[in-house]
Amino acid sequence: MGERDGEGSAEEYETLIQTTDVELLKKAWRQEKAAPEIMKFEADLIARLTGQIELVEENVEQDAQSGIDPLTVSLYQMDLDRTQFLLRSYLRIRLQKIEKYIFHILATAELYNRLSKQEKAFAKTRCLVDLEKHLEESVLSKLPNNYQSIFKQSMISEENDMVAKPQLDTFVVCKTKYYLGHIQLEDNEDGPSDDRVNQRPLEEPFEMEPDVLYFVRYKAIKRFVEEGRIDLF
Amino acid sequence: MAGQSDPNLSIFSAEEVEFMAEDELLEIVPNMRMDKLTLICGDFGPFFPQMPAQVPLWLAIALKKRGKCTIRLPDWMSVENLTQTLEVERDSQESFQVLPFHYVEISRLLFDHARGDIPDVYTVRSLIEDIRDVRFHKVETSLESFEDARSSAVKVKNLSAMEVNLVRPFVGRALQAFYKHGSPELVPNPDRIPPRRPQATDNIQRRPLRKR
Repeated sequence: MGERDGEGSAEEYETLIQTTDVELLKKAWRQEKAAPEIMKFEADLIARLTGQIELVEENVEQDAQSGIDPLTVSLYQMDLDRTQFLLRSYLRIRLQKIEKYIFHILATAELYNRLSKQEKAFAKTRCLVDLEKHLEESVLSKLPNNYQSIFKQSMISEENDMVAKPQLDTFVVCKTKYYLGHIQLEDNEDGPSDDRVNQRPLEEPFEMEPDVLYFVRYKAIKRFVEEGRIDLF
Repeated sequence: MAGQSDPNLSIFSAEEVEFMAEDELLEIVPNMRMDKLTLICGDFGPFFPQMPAQVPLWLAIALKKRGKCTIRLPDWMSVENLTQTLEVERDSQESFQVLPFHYVEISRLLFDHARGDIPDVYTVRSLIEDIRDVRFHKVETSLESFEDARSSAVKVKNLSAMEVNLVRPFVGRALQAFYKHGSPELVPNPDRIPPRRPQATDNIQRRPLRKR
């Protein structure tokens, strides 16, 4: 579990070793649910958990047959069910996001690299091929010549405007564990520069107190989420 | 809240919020002996009769259902504490009292499954419902003041999980709409007239109101 370099204080280390895999999975699940774009696949965590789940599944079967107290067996089963639910839900949300933003993900290397090996295979073969084929046959071939591209609305579009992109502007609920100052909330990259009131005034950098929930634009805190310093809820 | 045009991936259902609440620890007093449980989510036990132990809520409920333990009421759920919380909640217009993040779910599960372990269960229940009403009313009124929020971030202090989940879709989209239509136009003049005109959301260029 120790992927960190030794920057943490003793307290952080304590928390790190006490955090169970299930809690890590719960956190990853929450992040994935709350974030508009797909997050990095937690390959190690999932591998460990899958291993543990399989082990427990075998044990439960054996126990159930060898006549161990059914109460104990049912408790183990409940715990197993809970963990499996988290795992399945996590994987399903990711698949939903992949299906929704398939063209965008395949076109953006950064996003594509966040997928697991199986997800990449899924995206390339089932998603892409099937979807393309379906769109071709049912709609595109029947449209006039200039409008037949999957990616562009028409041949004269400058960008691929038929590609669905995740809305990074959505507001998400988030929380930080340690104090975070100097978060730049406004960015000047979007918004044309017109003479109106000079886009949005750049406000003082925003601070976040620990353990308090905030509604913030996802784009502004994206970097912190990726570094793991902000949790989404 | 209101239906949305696209199936939003980021919505937690009420059951999922309850699922998360079920991991909260509380104290039980078992009436039997059981060996240590090495669960995926942690180790619990071994359990001895009459010796209190800390377990997650889902485990406590499971044991309670099979008559294997009694659940000790969490301190914040006592009649005195709740009455006091309700008082303070009613008095302060702005802030929310500190309550456990999952207080709604925890109390609901305990009412459903561990009635016998709660003294004055009806009082406790009605107190909690009152607290919920007062808090939610506060949330609703504070939503109206979002218009004044110039920053693109809103702080919600001491809100509980269920409450956040209820307002999340609405607040998210409201804040997004504010952001999209540009804050300069929405900055209210300090002496603007109280009756709120619905903000027109078309993108026609407007002459900026009085330069500050």
